[in-house]
Amino acid sequence: MDVLERIKKQVDENPVIVFMKGTPDMPQCGFSSRTVEALKACEVEFGYINVLADPEIFENLPRFADWPTFPQVYVKGELIGGCDITLELFEKGDLQKMTKDAVSA
Amino acid sequence: MSTQAIIEEKLNTQLNPEHLQVINESSNHNVPEGSESHFKVVVVSNKFSEKSLINRHRIINEILQDELAGKIHALAIHAYTAEDWSEKNKQAPDSPDCKGGDGTFKNA
Repeated sequence: MDVLERIKKQVDENPVIVFMKGTPDMPQCGFSSRTVEALKACEVEFGYINVLADPEIFENLPRFADWPTFPQVYVKGELIGGCDITLELFEKGDLQKMTKDAVSA
Repeated sequence: MSTQAIIEEKLNTQLNPEHLQVINESSNHNVPEGSESHFKVVVVSNKFSEKSLINRHRIINEILQDELAGKIHALAIHAYTAEDWSEKNKQAPDSPDCKGGDGTFKNA
């Protein structure tokens, strides 16, 4: 399967998914770490891809949604942003609503 | 010209911000001294009004696309309208601590 199709499949199959450096329990970057903490605090199930363990996704994810940086969070198939946006949405209470809505849909 | 100066000039020219901070945070990370790899930008501009957070970030990513494709490893973006900025008491959040990293790609 083409790498962009692989990414799309993950994004379609997981209502909430983060592409990050490291894993939720062992993040390898401060930005990924904070993002995952916000997602955990939403108390919904979320998927993750460790981009450091998948060089093909690592190289091609930036062109998938035309977003140059990691981490990237997708909710209901749509990119919501990276660390800064995820945290800002969390502080406003929007992330909690969006993710709950996504997993219950 | 330093990367920091280039970032400042591009954002100043294209967004006409009423407040702009470009902070080189590279020394908090696992990179050689004097690096220009990790930046945080705080931009307050009326060009962000009526724009979603993701679109504000896309505007900045596009302005800095050459730098993001080159020297910059991480870019934290805090993009506000004047109204947001005063609601935040003119403070942007701190960037996270490094977790070691991998020396390879882009974070934000």
